[in-house]
Amino acid sequence: MRRMVSRAVWPAVLLPLPLLCGCSSTQSPLFPAGQQAANLYDLLLLMSMVCGTIYVLVLGFLVLSLVRKRRASVAPNTVVAPPDKGLRHVLVVWSGFIIAALSVLVLGSFLADRGLARMQDAEVLDVRVNGHQWWWRIAYREPGGTSWIETANELHLPIDRTTRIQLVSGDVIHSFWVPNLAGKTDVVPGRNNSLDLTPRKTGWFRGQCAEYCGLQHAHMALDVKVDTAGEFAAWIARQKETAHPPTGDAVASRGLALIETGTCGLCHTIRGTAAQGRAGPDLTHIASRHSLAAGSLPMSRGALQGWIAQPQAVKPGTLMPFIPLEPADLNAIAHYLEQRQ
Amino acid sequence: MATQKEVSVVGSLADLPDHANGARHLVWWGNLGFMLIEGTGFALAIAAYLYVLSHSSAWPPAGDALPDLGWSGVFTLGLLLSEIPNLWLLRQARAKKEQAVRIGILLMTVIGVGLTVIRLLEFGHLNVRWSADGYGSMVWLLMVLHTTHVFTELGETAVQALWLFTHEVGDNQFSDVEDTANYWTFVVLFWLPIYGLVYWMPRLS
Amino acid sequence: MTFALQSNEPKTSERHARLAQTWADAPGIWGFLTTVDHKRIAARYILTTVVLLFAAGMLALHMRLQLSFPELKVLGPQGYNEAFSLHGSTMLFLVSVPVMEAMGIWLVPLMLGQRALAFPRLAAFSFWLYVGGVMTLWVSHALDITPDLGWFEYPPLSGSAYSPGHRADIWAQMITFTEVAALAASVNMVATILKMRPPGMTLARMPLFLWAMLVASLMTIFAMPAVMLVTSMLISDRLVSTVFFAPTQGGDILLFQHLFWFFGHPEVYMIFIPAVGFITAIVETFSRRTIVGHTAMVLSVVAIGVLAFGLWVHHMFAVGLPKLGNSFFTAASLAIALPAGIQVFCWIATIWSGRPQFYTPFLWVIGFIITFVMGGLSGVMTASAPLDLQLTDTYFVVAHFHYVLVGGAIFPLLGAFCYWYPKATGRMMSERWGWASFLLIVGGFNLGFFPMHILGLMGMPRRVYTYDPSLGWSTLNMVATLGSAIAVLGGLIFVANAFLSLWRGAPAGPDPWGGSTLEWAASSPPPQHNFDYTPVVNSIAPLWSEDPLRMLDGVGVSRREVLVSSLAEAHPEYRQKSAQPSIWPLLAAIAVSIMFIGSIFTPWAVVWGSLPIAGALTAWFWPQRPRSKTGPLRVRV
Repeated sequence: MRRMVSRAVWPAVLLPLPLLCGCSSTQSPLFPAGQQAANLYDLLLLMSMVCGTIYVLVLGFLVLSLVRKRRASVAPNTVVAPPDKGLRHVLVVWSGFIIAALSVLVLGSFLADRGLARMQDAEVLDVRVNGHQWWWRIAYREPGGTSWIETANELHLPIDRTTRIQLVSGDVIHSFWVPNLAGKTDVVPGRNNSLDLTPRKTGWFRGQCAEYCGLQHAHMALDVKVDTAGEFAAWIARQKETAHPPTGDAVASRGLALIETGTCGLCHTIRGTAAQGRAGPDLTHIASRHSLAAGSLPMSRGALQGWIAQPQAVKPGTLMPFIPLEPADLNAIAHYLEQRQ
Repeated sequence: MATQKEVSVVGSLADLPDHANGARHLVWWGNLGFMLIEGTGFALAIAAYLYVLSHSSAWPPAGDALPDLGWSGVFTLGLLLSEIPNLWLLRQARAKKEQAVRIGILLMTVIGVGLTVIRLLEFGHLNVRWSADGYGSMVWLLMVLHTTHVFTELGETAVQALWLFTHEVGDNQFSDVEDTANYWTFVVLFWLPIYGLVYWMPRLS
Repeated sequence: MTFALQSNEPKTSERHARLAQTWADAPGIWGFLTTVDHKRIAARYILTTVVLLFAAGMLALHMRLQLSFPELKVLGPQGYNEAFSLHGSTMLFLVSVPVMEAMGIWLVPLMLGQRALAFPRLAAFSFWLYVGGVMTLWVSHALDITPDLGWFEYPPLSGSAYSPGHRADIWAQMITFTEVAALAASVNMVATILKMRPPGMTLARMPLFLWAMLVASLMTIFAMPAVMLVTSMLISDRLVSTVFFAPTQGGDILLFQHLFWFFGHPEVYMIFIPAVGFITAIVETFSRRTIVGHTAMVLSVVAIGVLAFGLWVHHMFAVGLPKLGNSFFTAASLAIALPAGIQVFCWIATIWSGRPQFYTPFLWVIGFIITFVMGGLSGVMTASAPLDLQLTDTYFVVAHFHYVLVGGAIFPLLGAFCYWYPKATGRMMSERWGWASFLLIVGGFNLGFFPMHILGLMGMPRRVYTYDPSLGWSTLNMVATLGSAIAVLGGLIFVANAFLSLWRGAPAGPDPWGGSTLEWAASSPPPQHNFDYTPVVNSIAPLWSEDPLRMLDGVGVSRREVLVSSLAEAHPEYRQKSAQPSIWPLLAAIAVSIMFIGSIFTPWAVVWGSLPIAGALTAWFWPQRPRSKTGPLRVRV
């Protein structure tokens, strides 16, 4: 952990510019919050230093070659030049330097790769992430059980434990990337890829699909929350709960009825109700999430209502269709979903 | 600097021949270039076939019948035997024997037609559709790729035969016949790995 | 080497006139359509690429506007996806590769002291087919069926399930067009360079530009079949339901990526290696000395050409391949930095030991080194398999490959354009406006693209049409947009300078820069037959080492002829008849275009479409000779 602290100083040394321009630190490899990302960050520093040195050397040589004084005795006109012994020696030295630098980088790269492979702890949490156009289906294996608890677009990870993310695709190729925690891994139909995440810092982070996957590739983000062990246990316990029918709230009951009998339930599941569609995200605890529509909107009552009313305006081309709704019905559905904490 | 460079004429190339054959001829190199392109295409298709094979649990997958060895055997034998007249034709072209070249090219046209017919029969005995599975697609890819070359080469040979019978044959045309014969050899040689992959690989694995 | 004494051939001026007559094109439009003159064909190629470069630049600017602030609606998601697909496809398939071939088509015969390419009609065919590819993509764009799946069209996104309609097919067939054109041009280039060198130009005395074109052409021959194969497989999956890329039916998705990148990685070097040739030529002329380490340069070009085929997996580090393989490809990818580093050293060492003259072409060399070395080093970073997991598909990579492709290929190309412009037109370009455009382009480019490195490290992925304000990417995106606009302004000044100099430029004379290679021995612009005589070469820089330049006569004056020589030593072997102008390359290209376009809609187009092609090719190659007087088909009186 002490290494992590010292690392927090490094971004400012490496690249002050992002800080100056006010870039956020929740989706960046420069602010590692996980073991894997930290390893890669070290490698990035090594590479930047070696490559930066080479660049400075080359430009220095170029500038000197352009400005250096020439002896007047050199014939002013063209030369079919004999090989220059001095320059040949320098070339040999230069080549040797490049080979040495490359060897360092190959070695560093190899060690980082080995580090990534060695990371698995004995006790691993299994999470299944399924890429869809354009959202993430996320499922946790129930603690001590065999069934899976489903959610969407929001990943919770316990700190200092290794979580194995199994990556499967529901349609085309996507790429799972939470830069603060680890490098990206593609989600390829027909392949079972996996990725280990070992978070070392709590807090909210952001991930985003990194492989072009069609029209709304830009709006395929996911929120990642690194929890303490207690927070995580509480969160998963709540996610496991099914929905109870609303009591004493006529508007909410009406909202649920509309979801169950109307179009919503054809694509969405709310566990404990008649809504059992599988095409879209699970809505059982939608209001507990940080954002809506795969990171398109921050979660709020207004956002919910706006999204249901005009999905194509918020995220043009989303597979969630526009359903004409009376204002009162829209209100009732949003009111019900708002309570799905 | 901006003036024309002074030149002095120091000799003449007028005594050079105005024709050459074999690898000295310019077109021979063009032909080689296109063979390299086609050969790379074949090699990559073969690599793709082996790639899909290596990612499959069974080859052919359960439910697919093996391709028949009958017509394909006839085709392969015929193709190999066609190299005898083909090499003879090559030799006649190098020797610039007009009549022999005409007869040779006609013979190769007839052989080409015969082989094409056998090839069409062969397609009926692959016992898998291209749309059935990855195996079927790969088999058809290799077969179609090779058949395209048989067709093109047949077309070229036939047109060349027509020309040769109707015109006085010059040096350049003998070179053209050489190129055609070389290309046929290329088509024959590349059939062998494809034959092995399409007909024998599924039997071995 | 001994040659017969001078024969009783016509005197210089009369000889020049007769040669001009022999090599003349028909006047007017017919001459335009039938010409096989490598210079006219190359000029067309280059003009077409300039127009496309402008169009692709406008697309880029449009994308930059969309991204300059978060959540803008300049381009919708569909518009943006079309823009980057069209921009990438145009730049990689219709500009970068063709323009390098075009430079070769124009320059190689001149640098060889020859009158034509090995296969003049094939060059015409290449160009017309290339136009077919351009039309396929851009007419489709005008008709609003623009491909929208990037320049790579990975399945299953490009499969019929996720991309109905014909956008994806149009992209795939555009590839087929341009690849056939490029392959034909490459064969032409290889045969010309290997078999048509002037007496004395042994392989050891071959200028580096010719080595570069030779290696780039061979790379094309070995790499391009891969992309033709893979796009054909994609079309066949879409059209006749093969299942090459359907994992549930025994196909494999990553097969597409392997084949695509087996071509895609070497392609970068096919674009870069000719640029190595440009830079070397410019550095030699403006340092007033031959290149330091010619042999090292040749070897490193060859080494890059070979190594480039072992790197394709570094585009696929994130797809989940075995780690051991990734380590191998990391090492191989890093290894290519060695020959590239040696080249950079040789150029700077040449400047060091020469006497640099700061004319516009030389400025581009400086811009090239500053920019390309940066791109090469960011390439070293992305070549590391583990680090690439953070960098790939982010703006870091966008910055990287623009530094490599624009800095490493477009800047040398602009330098080459300024350098050979006087040769092609007989006029000098304005130095003042040359400086202006250089400063704007190089400055604007670096201002526009350097911030993208940081954006990538701040987590901005590629191919997103907008982004959330909370991510804090706005400032750098704004700067990037500003820089791109400045670069585009510089580009417009460059083009305006080129056009205006056609009328206003000072007359150039045959050798305004004091160049060392044979093209400077021809007049400016060169006559259609380039040279009256065949030059003899005794060094790598014949115009510097020989005075007067020794020439041979004897290659046809009243018949189109070129000299064919031996492979290694360039001993004259024979005089080859060179093709007359012909309409058939154009008609054959049209027939091929019809088949390619037709096969987007029905597989039967391949069958009936091949008949007109066969007809056109037959007419093209039909030798004009007297009718036979013997045999069953003899002419009967």
